[in-house]
Amino acid sequence: MSNEATVHGHSEVTTHEVHHDDHHGHHHQDTFITKYIFSQDHKMIGKQFLITGIVWAIIGGLFSVLFRLQLGFPDQSFPILEDLLGSKWAAGGKIQPEFYYALVTMHGTVLVFFVLTAGLSGTFANLLIPLQIGARDMASPFMNMLSYWFFFLASIVMISSLFVQTGPASGGWTSYPPLSALGDASEGSKAGMDLWLVSMALFVVSSLLGGLNYIATILNMRTKGMTMTRLPLTIWALFFTAVLGVLSFPVLFSGFILLLFDRHAGTSFYLSDIFLASTQKPLPNEGGSAILYQHLFWFLGHPEVYIILLPAMGMASEILSTNSRKPIFGYMAMIASLFAICVLAFLVWAHHMFVTGLNPFLGSFFVLLTLLIAVPSAIKVFNWLTTIWRGNIRFTPGMLFALGFISMFISGGLTGIFLGNSTLDIHLHDTMFVIAHFHIVMGVASFFGMFAGVYHWFPKMFGRYLNNTLAYIHFWITLVGAYLIFWPMHYEGLAGMPRRYLDVSGWVSFNQFDGLNRFISIVSIIVFAVQLLFVFNFFYSIFKGRRVKTPNPWGSNTLEWTTPINPGHGNWEGEIPEVHRWAYDYGKDGRDFIPQTEPVSATESKH
Amino acid sequence: METQIVMEQRKRIHPAKFTLWVGIGSIVMMFAGLTSAYIVKRSQPSWVSLNEIPRIFWYSTLVILASSVTMQMALRSFKQRERPQYRRLILITGLLGALFIMMQWFGFKAIWASGTTFAGAGAGQFLYIIAGLHALHVLAGIIALIIMSFRAFSTKRRNYNPVPVEVMSTYWHFVDILWLYLLVFFMMLT
Ligand code: HEM
Ligand SMILES: [Cu+2]
Repeated sequence: MSNEATVHGHSEVTTHEVHHDDHHGHHHQDTFITKYIFSQDHKMIGKQFLITGIVWAIIGGLFSVLFRLQLGFPDQSFPILEDLLGSKWAAGGKIQPEFYYALVTMHGTVLVFFVLTAGLSGTFANLLIPLQIGARDMASPFMNMLSYWFFFLASIVMISSLFVQTGPASGGWTSYPPLSALGDASEGSKAGMDLWLVSMALFVVSSLLGGLNYIATILNMRTKGMTMTRLPLTIWALFFTAVLGVLSFPVLFSGFILLLFDRHAGTSFYLSDIFLASTQKPLPNEGGSAILYQHLFWFLGHPEVYIILLPAMGMASEILSTNSRKPIFGYMAMIASLFAICVLAFLVWAHHMFVTGLNPFLGSFFVLLTLLIAVPSAIKVFNWLTTIWRGNIRFTPGMLFALGFISMFISGGLTGIFLGNSTLDIHLHDTMFVIAHFHIVMGVASFFGMFAGVYHWFPKMFGRYLNNTLAYIHFWITLVGAYLIFWPMHYEGLAGMPRRYLDVSGWVSFNQFDGLNRFISIVSIIVFAVQLLFVFNFFYSIFKGRRVKTPNPWGSNTLEWTTPINPGHGNWEGEIPEVHRWAYDYGKDGRDFIPQTEPVSATESKH
Repeated sequence: METQIVMEQRKRIHPAKFTLWVGIGSIVMMFAGLTSAYIVKRSQPSWVSLNEIPRIFWYSTLVILASSVTMQMALRSFKQRERPQYRRLILITGLLGALFIMMQWFGFKAIWASGTTFAGAGAGQFLYIIAGLHALHVLAGIIALIIMSFRAFSTKRRNYNPVPVEVMSTYWHFVDILWLYLLVFFMMLT
């Protein structure tokens, strides 16, 4: 429908269309269903992604609290768990091994894909792309709606896998075969694994539908004057995110298809020479290679981590510049480094496979390319720091989280350099060091980017502010807590403590960490509780928050702040504004800020 | 409602067409993933190759090539406003597509009959999956063609907007070329 409606404005079309239903225009009365549920308004779809993402974040976070209980207190029992979860998963108040693996797996899957991919890109690409490029909606609002509903379906399937008899998938978020390919190998490899694959396939479809739309919208629907080099960096980041997704998710998909055939059709793409302990039988499969799956998975997997990070980078750039009242430093360098990161992201996947028996000669190329990523990353960090340097900083909650983002990105990026060296990785692979690395650089950093975005654009989404006091509490406890949780894990990893183990108390060498593990677990519970405070603030403020009185509360240059405080479908009431300059004229010629819509005057200095 | 919304936008290439091209890029990536998996696996020990590609794949290739021609003719007659001609041609295109899928199916059966089943991880198993996925993409095209032909026969709406037909024909040529690529790929590597 929407697609064909699009053509009205197209120059070469000669239309005599007999469209009856297309001329309601803006007086069209939305019902509850078309407005809140099957909405095609990008702003509403963005909110749907955000709220679904929040629900998932609570579930995924709760999983981690549960398995941290096990890791921090391996010899204690919590009878309440048995009451809550039943005797299958928590017999005698102790988390059972199968359940522990299910928790770890679901925590990873949910946070990586459902929260930090769909919840993050889905929310902000939908909200910001049309608003910041000056478009009334996405290229195809209908596909956009489908993208959300595929995500929703994926969510339902994933949730339902929690309730099947044999439990959800439990082979790790990467689902490596042969474990994930053989139903007999573990409880979690049975129905739960199938549901996991189906859910992920739906998720891939959702990402592709979204990504196609974001790219087409950014390239084709910009308002007059909005050249590519006038785009805010948020849009550039979201653009590269979408490109990464569109090129890498299909490869993951092909890996899943082969896995499904191995599971159910008797092929042996990933299977060879296996003797199953649980059934005491050798399997007939021959000729497969489990490493093949890892190649296909990490060809997506590595770009995926940047799919998660880039939107956070883009939003941080925008928020840092706005709240320092200074132009972003090195705009073109920022775009170039995003581009470089994108290209390199496709060339480094084997750094996750250094210890799979990868040819060491080949490995050295991957080391080189991996370490090269440090260059664009460092450029970005340098530019952010230079942007806030001597700025007139306003410590809004959004700004604080953007600053926290930089801090996390630096800390986690540095440990990446350790891991990127294949010789060091032999020792560090699959230890808590990796956990520390990627939680800081990807998990927490992107969460900070997302929080920054929510605090900054909440007034645009709901016409109200979040409560500041709660926001500051949220920020400081999360920042300090995140470091307290993840920093010590580096030491554990350096000492060789493996990740994903149910209980390491059998090794005397790790006994020194007992107290530390308890400490980490306690802090994670506190940090989790503080996130609930944020959730409360979020929902409370939607209804009861302080009202936004001016259309441009942050004194920002970008187009979204030229819309009414509560924009309708179509965003601008009159014509779409024309753009005359880039988005970062802050503190120029003695003026605090100059919106993008203001023509360049003759006397203005050049930047 | 979207009408006015979108009509004011300045457009370079029509967004629907552009979206299709990006979508094609992503389909290409999926097949690139599978064919490179094939190449990697092929160089490993215990690879089982196919003795020969069944003849019927040659005929199916001709069929899908022909369907590309009829699709192109359909587009032309649409632009020249020859509606009955257009209707006939998209129906023929869809039928040729269906014929193609059927012939692929017989090709699979021939391979299966020669002893290459799902067991194993050689050229045959890859072929089932890769060519099968390709056939699914043709099937999606056929469904789109059916929807378009319903539109063409409906008398309520008279639509002279060529964009959907253009998008359709680009997609159709794409699955055609994709099959040619896959066929050459299998020929060179078996
Ligand atoms: C200088 C930059 C970076 C380098 C050199 C680097 C290097 C590495 C290496 C070599 C590994 C594999 C460790 C192992 O499994 O033994 C790894 C794991 C990981 N990295 Fe990074 N990394 C960098 C930045 C990032 C960034 C920016 C992100 C995300 C936004 C990220 C996310 C991850 C994730 C999620 C994993 C773990 C995946 C898993 O095994 O579950 N890394 N990194
Ligand atoms: Cu990586």
